[in-house]
Amino acid sequence: MASRQDHDYRPLLVSGPSLAARLFMLVIVSGILMIADHRAGYLDALRSTLMAGLYPLQRSVDAPFSAARWLSEGLATHSMLRRENGRLAEENRELRLRQMRLDALERENARLREASQTTARVIDRYLVAELVRVEMDRLRHRVLVNRGSTDGVYVGQPALDAQGVFGQVTRVGPVSAEVIMISDPAHALPVAINRTGMRTIAYGRGTLERIELPFLPGNADIEPGDLVVTSGLGGVFPPGYPVGEVEELLKEPGEQGLRVTVRPLARLSSDPEVLLAWYDNQLVEPVAPMSPNDGAEVP
Amino acid sequence: MARGTAWRTARMMLLGVTSTAACVVPLPNWLDPARPAFLSITLLWLVFAGPKPAGLLAAWLAGLLLDLLQGGMLGQNALAMVVTVAIALKFRLQVKTFEKPNQTLVVAGLLFIYEFLMFCTDSLAGLRGRGGWQWLYPVTSALLWPWLDELHKRVLGRH
Repeated sequence: MASRQDHDYRPLLVSGPSLAARLFMLVIVSGILMIADHRAGYLDALRSTLMAGLYPLQRSVDAPFSAARWLSEGLATHSMLRRENGRLAEENRELRLRQMRLDALERENARLREASQTTARVIDRYLVAELVRVEMDRLRHRVLVNRGSTDGVYVGQPALDAQGVFGQVTRVGPVSAEVIMISDPAHALPVAINRTGMRTIAYGRGTLERIELPFLPGNADIEPGDLVVTSGLGGVFPPGYPVGEVEELLKEPGEQGLRVTVRPLARLSSDPEVLLAWYDNQLVEPVAPMSPNDGAEVP
Repeated sequence: MARGTAWRTARMMLLGVTSTAACVVPLPNWLDPARPAFLSITLLWLVFAGPKPAGLLAAWLAGLLLDLLQGGMLGQNALAMVVTVAIALKFRLQVKTFEKPNQTLVVAGLLFIYEFLMFCTDSLAGLRGRGGWQWLYPVTSALLWPWLDELHKRVLGRH
């Protein structure tokens, strides 16, 4: 007897809406979803719930890679560990010396701020978050981390690594959160040139190797090697944290402005974990934004 | 008979989960633009060679799953997937009779349509350009078609 699978699956009597009608309906629903999600952001709660449901799948996909990392770390030889330990001890001595100098500077800074009636804004707490999934597809530079609203993570929270600014939290689920990296084309970060104090905005370019300062005047005092730090405008990032180093100054023919490329200091491509930071931005003194676009944008 | 159906459903689910996992498994950055669209290929295989063609609702849900996993706009992959599968369903009977190389070309064409829809919705949403590399995966996916076709037939049986 021929089973049903031997035949083409096509009913003799067509029931229900036609292919075109179903397609039309689903296209309309998709369009409504896209508008509600992208333009209005109405679906954040729904997305968080669904993200929580998908977290086990994401975790299990990453599990073999985490296990491989764990195993390779476990298999590090004794001599390697001794060497590493020696290097870290040396680094620690150096850092402690630098810390002492910084403590002195911080005290001096506090005295000066007291004198000028302004307040300091520094990170007062941070949480180490492990990267569960890195999403570089289609130039959306996002990572999923294993901390969520149950750890107090909030949308807009700054994320850093040991070298510099990494990005900010865009979506939060109960046990996971999505972080947009500073290299994402949709990310804008208010920054300042450390040497001159000049403020501008750094945009992601969709590549991990560089971000861009597109709005600088042609005669701006800026040179390769200048350190770019957060300006603190917009209230998302505390001021003074390193973002990158000026790499190249490009003058487009026929254009007044200067396009500056910056090499991010954060190890965007290789960090296995990031620091989610809390800082008291209530202490931020009101500063007039430099342009209507000022402030870290998230899509 | 019922046991056979349950076994087939289980294998179908395994195929779905594996394809989804293959879409998000970590890859080196330089390799990521060439990542084959495993979930789309699986759905297209179900349309052209599977025991039962994937329906539009299943395609839409699979697209929505990709939207969630990739963190993009909700509905973007869903739209592209449902249109691609609808076209595949329309020409299903013709494509079924094609030889493998011709089927490969059809799959590449459908995935280019998929990516074109993604490109259009990105542009409408005002998202900035994604460079030229996003057009690479339809080619890598299509090149995998003959092998994935064979693999899927082994998992789900020939039809």
